[in-house]
Amino acid sequence: MSGAFLDQIFLRAKESLLSPLAGAPDWLIQIVSSLINISSLLGVFLTLFALISVLERKILGRMQNRYGPNRVGPFGLFQPVADGIKMLIKEDVVPARADKVVHFFAPILVAATAILTLGVIPYGRNMTPFAIDGGILFFFAVGSTTELAVFMAGWGSNNKFSMLGAMRAIAQMVSYELPLLIATLPVVMIVGSLSPDAIVAAQDGYSFGILPHWFVTTPWGAAAFILFFVSGLVESNRTPFDVPEGESEIVAGHMTEYSGFKYATFFMAEYFGMFAISGLAVTLFLGGWHSPIAPLNFIPSYLWFFLKLSALLFVYIWVRGTLPRTRVDQIMNFAWKFMLPMAFTCIVAAAVWHYQGRGLAGWLWSLAVIAIVYLALSRLLDTSKKFAPRTYRFAE
Amino acid sequence: MNSVAFLVIAIITLSGALAAATLRKLIHAALFLVIAFVGVAASFFLLGAEFVGLVQVFVYVGAVAVLIVFTILLTRREVNGVEGINWGGAIVALAVFGGLLWTILKTKSLAILAPQIEPITVKRIGEVLMTDFVWPLQCVGLVLTAALIGALVLVIEEKR
Repeated sequence: MSGAFLDQIFLRAKESLLSPLAGAPDWLIQIVSSLINISSLLGVFLTLFALISVLERKILGRMQNRYGPNRVGPFGLFQPVADGIKMLIKEDVVPARADKVVHFFAPILVAATAILTLGVIPYGRNMTPFAIDGGILFFFAVGSTTELAVFMAGWGSNNKFSMLGAMRAIAQMVSYELPLLIATLPVVMIVGSLSPDAIVAAQDGYSFGILPHWFVTTPWGAAAFILFFVSGLVESNRTPFDVPEGESEIVAGHMTEYSGFKYATFFMAEYFGMFAISGLAVTLFLGGWHSPIAPLNFIPSYLWFFLKLSALLFVYIWVRGTLPRTRVDQIMNFAWKFMLPMAFTCIVAAAVWHYQGRGLAGWLWSLAVIAIVYLALSRLLDTSKKFAPRTYRFAE
Repeated sequence: MNSVAFLVIAIITLSGALAAATLRKLIHAALFLVIAFVGVAASFFLLGAEFVGLVQVFVYVGAVAVLIVFTILLTRREVNGVEGINWGGAIVALAVFGGLLWTILKTKSLAILAPQIEPITVKRIGEVLMTDFVWPLQCVGLVLTAALIGALVLVIEEKR
């Protein structure tokens, strides 16, 4: 009883907020309801952004054998406040030769698209801010607009480093959008719906009460999850795929000419994009807001969602603390020669799993399909044995 | 409510299209074209064709606009352009507009109320695609996969 109450506590709060409007026309209630959804979404994720930005620096510090921020507030927890104030009072420099309007709108568009994609993710039972049938499609449709925004930033700055960074960013985003989308397809195929709510509902239930029916527990699901996660790293321009901002080569990429709060907006959009892509990964493969074992169902659903989200975010930070930056051509080769064929294989493996009756036989068969293609691909792409003097194409 | 929304969307779409056609800087024109695309998608949403609207954003804003922008970028010249009005184009545009206007005014069915149709959901589109139109779908899939692999083969060749 109290578990169900806690589970739906935010919905009840919203209902009670809407109750004074009982006799109002329909459109007014709709608008107020949407406003409540939007403001709570922004509130939650801005808080998470502040928290993650300081946690990331703390964790990275721990990994690199130093303290990280520890001066502002207890354990340095108020660092984001100090950073925010610093960003706000910094001078906003706009280059004299810049395309002022485009330069101004680029950070807004980046942030807006990142926030919009957060809307279709189910955060808990009955807790999808913007529940539409084609939610997954909406996510990718809006997400693909980011490329345009990055281009606007690069072009509007009228700076060669900005332009180069934007070109790199768009090139890798376009390349990895394909594996990202195709890794999503097996889930959509198996569930038979593009709605995130239906996808979460399809992952309900447990074998023997302890094995959740999440898609990541199937071979195709695990493979697709890894592909999705790596593509997500690229889409959010995170290490090891952060060549668009490679500071040793092109200053800060498309953000070179941005300062003060506009830079902070880019920074925020990057984190929001990370939240969105991790949230979608949780929804698609990690069972959304379902608890991992049946006995723990009394814990409210949204807590499970944010726990899984935090786990994925920790992996993002961990990867950043561990791996060096890759080269541009390596990133592209990896996308087209490995990620794409593997993503197609996941579709086939999911079909095999489905037609073998979704049981143990299907599990093994789909594992076999993935393993064969993986081994063949890695044999094909293996260049490690060919040691030879290095040849340079563009520099003699 | 709906007519107000339609008015707003129509104004945004048309002004975006107008700006795209008249602005001298190509990049600005391309960005205004994107606004027009988004406006069209919004009107699809207003009509309840959610899927078509999403695909409109996905294909036109996410792919076509990026393609246009890249094309402009990689072929950028200081275009001084032809001054004045392109009279041939203006005549063709006026002719098309007049023809469409004439057709619309001649159409009688405007007064008839549309029968109640069920909204076209993603599920229904999927069902139709997988039953009645499965062969066209397979053909399109084959063509697109061939195009994808072809594009890869074209660029994969490395000088040794």
